[in-house]
Amino acid sequence: MEQKPQAPPKRTELHMARSMCWHCQSEITGEYFCEQCVKVQPLSKELDYFTCLGLPRLLNIDLEALESKFYALSRSFHPDFYHNKTESEQAISLGNSALLNIAYRTLKDPVQRAEYLLKLEAGSAKDIRSSPPADLFEEILALQEDLEEYRQAAPERDPAVLEPLKAKLSSDRDRLEQRQREMDTRLPELFNAWDHLQTRAGAAPVDDRLRKERETILKDLRELLSNRTYLRNIITDLVAAMA
Amino acid sequence: MARILGIDLGTTNSLIAYMDGRIPRVIVGKQGRAMVPSVVAMTDNGLIVGDPAKEHLVRNPERTIYSVKRFMGKSLADVSEELAYFPYKLQEQGGVIRIQIGGKSYSPPQISAMILKELKLRAEAHLGEDVRSVVITVPAYFNDSQRQATKDAGMIAGLEVLRIINEPTAASLAYGLQQKTQGTIAVYDLGGGTFDISILKLKNGIFEVLATNGNTHLGGDDFDRTILDLLYKAIQTESGLDLGQYPDQMQALRLEAERVKIRLSDELKTQATIDLPDGKGIFRREITRDQLEALVGDLVERTLGPCRLALKDAALQPAQIDEVVLVGGSTRMPLVRQRVQELFGKVPHCELNPDEVVALGAAVQADILSGGTQDMLLLDVTPLSLGIETMGGVMSPLIRRNTTIPTSAKEMFTTYVDGQTSVDIHILQGERELAKDNRSLARFQLKLPPLPAGVPRVEVQFLTDANGILNVTAKDVRTNQTQSIEVKPSHGLTDEEVERMIGESFKFAAEDLKARQLIEARTEAEAIRKATEKALGLGGRLIGPEETETIRASLDSLVAATSGADHRAIRTRIADVEKATHHLAEVLMDTSLKEALQNKKLEELP
Repeated sequence: MEQKPQAPPKRTELHMARSMCWHCQSEITGEYFCEQCVKVQPLSKELDYFTCLGLPRLLNIDLEALESKFYALSRSFHPDFYHNKTESEQAISLGNSALLNIAYRTLKDPVQRAEYLLKLEAGSAKDIRSSPPADLFEEILALQEDLEEYRQAAPERDPAVLEPLKAKLSSDRDRLEQRQREMDTRLPELFNAWDHLQTRAGAAPVDDRLRKERETILKDLRELLSNRTYLRNIITDLVAAMA
Repeated sequence: MARILGIDLGTTNSLIAYMDGRIPRVIVGKQGRAMVPSVVAMTDNGLIVGDPAKEHLVRNPERTIYSVKRFMGKSLADVSEELAYFPYKLQEQGGVIRIQIGGKSYSPPQISAMILKELKLRAEAHLGEDVRSVVITVPAYFNDSQRQATKDAGMIAGLEVLRIINEPTAASLAYGLQQKTQGTIAVYDLGGGTFDISILKLKNGIFEVLATNGNTHLGGDDFDRTILDLLYKAIQTESGLDLGQYPDQMQALRLEAERVKIRLSDELKTQATIDLPDGKGIFRREITRDQLEALVGDLVERTLGPCRLALKDAALQPAQIDEVVLVGGSTRMPLVRQRVQELFGKVPHCELNPDEVVALGAAVQADILSGGTQDMLLLDVTPLSLGIETMGGVMSPLIRRNTTIPTSAKEMFTTYVDGQTSVDIHILQGERELAKDNRSLARFQLKLPPLPAGVPRVEVQFLTDANGILNVTAKDVRTNQTQSIEVKPSHGLTDEEVERMIGESFKFAAEDLKARQLIEARTEAEAIRKATEKALGLGGRLIGPEETETIRASLDSLVAATSGADHRAIRTRIADVEKATHHLAEVLMDTSLKEALQNKKLEELP
């Protein structure tokens, strides 16, 4: 039987770039510092953000715990605490801090977190849409007509013409924002589905049913995120045009 | 390790502070003032910085530089609108402003370095030790060029700038240290020339900046100008005088405008008084606080937009801010306090002196770097998005604004044509869509091996360090070779220029020393002259007329020498006077001793 493409890394997996201390060459058993010479160790460039912050690859995150971990690691790595150290240690501190900051920023935000997970699990974050999603097609088409009409009328600065158009655009915007909120409520459903699958998969042997379920969740997540981005861009354009 | 000091290099005033145990303290000068006016005068006898230089603003306007911070990291086009307000001549060279004085040209970092040196001397005199390493604060909204210019100023002054930190964040450190605050705070910092708003989360000693915004060209100077314009027009209407023709009077008017503004923070009305040139007498005009508030209302309003944007970026409502802290001298204005209070719905804090709090915070950060304070950590952000110009003149962001620093972004570059050997990369900073609307930071040429199109792969890393300053490195992915990049700053000094200016600063230091020695020699000469006159008055009758004559002659030559610029000549004449009065001093001592003895009873003598 074929192996599951990518197993979620175990918590015990090594976080460091190498298993030997860059300074004293002894084997590293501590988490981020060599136990022999107490030097800071560089984080692996291949380290994923979940592992960096000591989290399993799940989509529901305890934000308080994430923040505490981020603060604790910042105290370990921040360049402020390496001013009296060697240049090598300063460079490691700078690199580790930069990675940590990016990891925290990505995982803190649910949408960025989901996009990042997609990239890890399925190779690419999302499709970039050039045409509206099917269930939004009519609405977007109507909106684009309204927008075009408004753009043509705008240079005339005639309030009698512009005001009704503006009102129309503004109700279009409200409707699209409502759609986005609907999409956002679907996000936690998919988050739960993914996390549930992971906990089950962790105990059970990998089979076709699990693999299919996994692919369906990732596909749905990808589609939802793509549609959401498309909608966000339309709304941004709309707001910009009306300003 | 050596002590690290904290410096607030302000538009109007600068301060230096140190950590005294666990307490940050600003260093006070001989006159008892902590603030050194950020003013540099180039006199015939050398450089003068601070309070004495401020006197030259009116006497010597074309050769006295103030508010140089407004020019740091800027091109001439950036400041074109306010050129008329400055009495000194500005030019541009290599994208950097140069100030022309007496046939010489100075870059803004050179002038700032003169202020930094004055602070360094002050600290050395106070602490009795050499000062080498410092933390310097900058407005949070300063871009990369402005930060780099500040770092250059430090180098030119012979200082090692260990860290550039943001002014509002520095202020939060000083407040945090004092009050052990937890929660979300907004720091509203309105200084002499810049405005910043920073929103921070304070938790267990971590100071995490959530968002920052601001305007690096809005501050007390602009408030002064509204009053200056009002008075200028009133004088023109009433007396027909165009003060624009009199640079010295314009400076006097500017200083009076500033004083009027300051007085109106405590009083409801005040009188502006100006001496007019050409015997036109004195101009007087009453200005009320209401009038001032009508004049500056729009300017104060312009600080609120950035506040709202920062709140939005931090994803917070005004009601979610637990504390509001006021920083900068301009926050003393009642209108500013009122508008800030209205926006956030709470009474702002101003327990710490708004002029000193930034320097105090810089000292705290310096102590963190030297390993003294270990429980506090500042996590700051980059204020502006950083990107590169892509096809069609579009800005493609790589690092978004309000990203916690240090941070990095990587971009892979390849070729479009067979055998292409280089790619031009243009680095930008700002929030606009089009490259041309953003700040150009630097350009560099990336070298690629001559291979078929698309084959070369060079990875460029853009790393913003904890100072908010960009570092660029490149690596050929196929060979894993690191490539050195020569980044040419768009609005900054080149490394060679900085080197040259460090050299020149030693020359200035020599001139500086000469000026200082001259002033000291003159002061001493004056003291000797007064003492000798007094001694002649007391003991003239005890010595012969010939001796009196000799003393008088030595005094005359001393007075003649003090009008010259040679401190050594003055020293020689001082020695001559001391020699000539030697006998007189003895006689006086003798007499006073005898008098003292006559007043005592015999048994009291040993």
